[in-house]
Amino acid sequence: MDADLMGRALTRIAHEVSERNRGGHELALIGIRTRGVVIARRLADKLLDILRAPVPTGALDITLYRDDLMRQPVGPQPVVRQTEISFSIDDKRIVLVDDVLYTGRTIRAALDALIDFGRPQSIQLIVLVDRGHRELPIKADYVGKNLPTSLAQSVQVRMQEIDGCDEVVIQDDKSAGRQA
Amino acid sequence: MGPFDTSRVAVPGEPGATPPKLRTGLRSRHLLSVGDLEGDEISLIFDTAEAMKEIELRPIKKVPALRGKTIVNLFYEPSTRTRTSFEIAEKRLSADSLNVAVAGSSMVKGETLFDTARNLEAMAPDMIVLRHQASGAPFQLASICRAGVINAGDGMHEHPTQALLDGFTIRAHKGQIEGLKIAIVGDLLHSRVFRSNLLLLRALGAEVWVCGPPTLIPPGIERFGVTATTRLDEAAEGADVIMMLRIQRERMLGHFVPSLREYFMVYGLTVERVERAKPDVIIMHPGPMNRGVEIASEVADGPYSVMLDQVANGVAVRMAVLYLLAGNPDEM
Amino acid sequence: MKILLKGGRVVDPAASRDTVCDVLIDGAVVEQVGSGLRTDGAAVVEVPPGCVVCPGFIDMHVHLREPGQEHKETIATGTTAAVAGGFTSVACMPNTQPVNDQAGTTELILARAEAAGQARVYPIGAVSRESKGKQLADFAELRAAGCVAVSDDGQPVADALLMRRALEYASSFDMLLIDHCEDPALRGGVAHEGYQASALGLRGLPGVAEELIVERDVTLAGLVGAPVHIAHISVRGALRAVRSGKERNIPVTCEVTPHHFILTDEMLKNYDTNAKMNPPLREAADRDAMLQGLADGSVDAIATDHAPHHYDEKAVEFDRAPFGITGLETAVALSLDRLVQHDVVSLSRLVELCSTNPARILGVAGGSLEVGSPADLTVLAPDARTIVDVKTMRSKAKNTPFDGWELHGGVAATIVSGRVLYVNDAVTGAEVFASIGESIPGESAK
Repeated sequence: MDADLMGRALTRIAHEVSERNRGGHELALIGIRTRGVVIARRLADKLLDILRAPVPTGALDITLYRDDLMRQPVGPQPVVRQTEISFSIDDKRIVLVDDVLYTGRTIRAALDALIDFGRPQSIQLIVLVDRGHRELPIKADYVGKNLPTSLAQSVQVRMQEIDGCDEVVIQDDKSAGRQA
Repeated sequence: MGPFDTSRVAVPGEPGATPPKLRTGLRSRHLLSVGDLEGDEISLIFDTAEAMKEIELRPIKKVPALRGKTIVNLFYEPSTRTRTSFEIAEKRLSADSLNVAVAGSSMVKGETLFDTARNLEAMAPDMIVLRHQASGAPFQLASICRAGVINAGDGMHEHPTQALLDGFTIRAHKGQIEGLKIAIVGDLLHSRVFRSNLLLLRALGAEVWVCGPPTLIPPGIERFGVTATTRLDEAAEGADVIMMLRIQRERMLGHFVPSLREYFMVYGLTVERVERAKPDVIIMHPGPMNRGVEIASEVADGPYSVMLDQVANGVAVRMAVLYLLAGNPDEM
Repeated sequence: MKILLKGGRVVDPAASRDTVCDVLIDGAVVEQVGSGLRTDGAAVVEVPPGCVVCPGFIDMHVHLREPGQEHKETIATGTTAAVAGGFTSVACMPNTQPVNDQAGTTELILARAEAAGQARVYPIGAVSRESKGKQLADFAELRAAGCVAVSDDGQPVADALLMRRALEYASSFDMLLIDHCEDPALRGGVAHEGYQASALGLRGLPGVAEELIVERDVTLAGLVGAPVHIAHISVRGALRAVRSGKERNIPVTCEVTPHHFILTDEMLKNYDTNAKMNPPLREAADRDAMLQGLADGSVDAIATDHAPHHYDEKAVEFDRAPFGITGLETAVALSLDRLVQHDVVSLSRLVELCSTNPARILGVAGGSLEVGSPADLTVLAPDARTIVDVKTMRSKAKNTPFDGWELHGGVAATIVSGRVLYVNDAVTGAEVFASIGESIPGESAK
């Protein structure tokens, strides 16, 4: 997926979100650290154009909710980054945003974390890429692209703001990777 | 050579310092001395504490990170502030914490620290937070324990989490620590807060001044890498931070000071003395403070006082330390 | 029974001897020293190459703990440790329970030493009753019972008047006064006052606390003209005071321990309670001054201040741990390594420090191999490798900071009163000493 395809996918998703949430009333976006936050900000820009009203946007770090904390035999703790949700999520229609949906464990952690912030009216999920291989009963409401992959592969989402370019790359076990 | 010698602490960016690499863990599973932390580890603790601070703003001030971890707060000295701060930090991280105050029980029955520790160890705690009146006790404990040991103050030696929260507070107010003039004033000889802060502030590149009566300046201060003075006006002049230390009321007994009245006259921090410092100076105190002895109430309650920030930051910094130490030792 | 030690290097500074020759022992005394001695009737021992035959080493400062603290050490274990460390005699400090301040205790110590049959024991009586610094002990009674000196070791003789009277009184009975020099008002710490203690948050014991009392003692000894011996000197200022006393012909002598001429307060870094002793490990300049004093003659003797403690007593917080380390089984190897190998002193000077001078200062037999001297011999192996290992030590106590140290030099054999009491299996050829008849107790020979 290149920059153009990514831009179009995000535009489509923004329209779908707007349609499904009837004018965006009580709508709020929360991106999951790190790249989910960038995607959420872009969607917020697009929604501003569509809805003519700003959508509150936050950032969520799920590290402290991970189910694999303290389970590695060696190695340091994962780095904790800041969570920034400057609005109450009570009774909001929360749209969680992440780059890749894979096992579903990150989303499980994010759902747990969100519940500690309040009681939203609903939670929906946007992912840029769904690569399959779910280990938990979790499904995205909006998907940029379904990308069939093998377990040996990894999917890298690169965003202009962080990585200097917009692209999605599938990396095989050893190879340098090819654009998806 | 020793822990305070200038050559020992690698300052990031200086030749010979660890090459810049994003640090994701601590090198040890214990926190015994600030001298064991390198600059990048201190930064990691500060950054993690920054993230932890947000948790206290939530309606539910608790994250499941240390679920199932057992932490024993083993306190051989009465302490309200430090013990409470650790306990809140542990609870916010969902650890199971247990307070053992030994001052009144086993110590009196003659059980040694090590027997007490072995008995606690038999119950498989993951971490022991130790406060003890004997310098070095946490080092000795760490040498016999499987659990990670956090030094919550040992005698006149160190109080690493206090220094970390002080440094974190300074960073929050000043943006950075490098190049600041920081004056530490009071009973330096008996102060573990002083020793830990000195190691931390020096590691982060501050210019540290110390001031106190000559009787309370530790022998060998010339090797501590600080500017020592007995004149408070000199120490306060142009300071970015003034850190006051508590003077214990019984210090008249070892002939350290003639009287608390005289102490205040010579070493008490008054508004006039604060005026010698930079206009944006911040005044710190590890607490509990003696108003009218080491610090005038007008200063303690004044706009430049950040003492309550220190207390608030204490929880976040201790959460960061607990979280980072709960991982396994970094193999880097 | 006669034993001929044949062809070894014999070092005996008292007789100005440092040559390869033979030593003939007849029972408990030295019969003859010289080249090509006749062997008729004597058991002949060919001294292994590299070994050095010396007059028996005398440790003038040990704590045997008996009576009263037998969980730390007994006279039997302490004197067994002594011979294993190359000492044929020890002088034991009176801080037992009860304090050795009367004949009954002195007699008990001597009886136990006799029964143990290991190193000779010279009891040191208390200066003051119960070493409380209030009232003089009965020196004449102690002398008659067998005490060779008086000391309140562990405590200084704080009161200058008591010190003056004790010096005057002791000298009339030819008893040496040994003082633990430490100004009581400046006590209360646990480590040498200076940078290390400050950095580690340990309360300081200032060097001047020692210096002040040494100055006082030297001055008082000059006043009354009686000898004073400074125990375990550790700071350069105190050594300066001794030196200046000697220049003024004041009868002052002093001893230094191996730990004070080898270690410094850098050892405290891990709060190892086996690095806690009093006087404390000092800073490098003091340690260097001790080495200088050993070399230039201002220090008279090496003594161990062997202070055994039960491991429970040391397995506590640094502040709570008792002062002291063992020394009997490490001192000689440490001295050979750090002093002789490192060319601080000659082998002959080492024998002076460990044998000749202690005998002279205490006024006891030994310290020489002259004809008629007791057949107390220490056979050194200056080229042997010694690995300090607390597990194999004879002392009940294991509190030494030297565990695991590898040293150049060791003891080959120890002979007390003509009896071979210790043979070091690790020294090549040393087993020949074990061949000398039934006088060898099986355990120490193997």
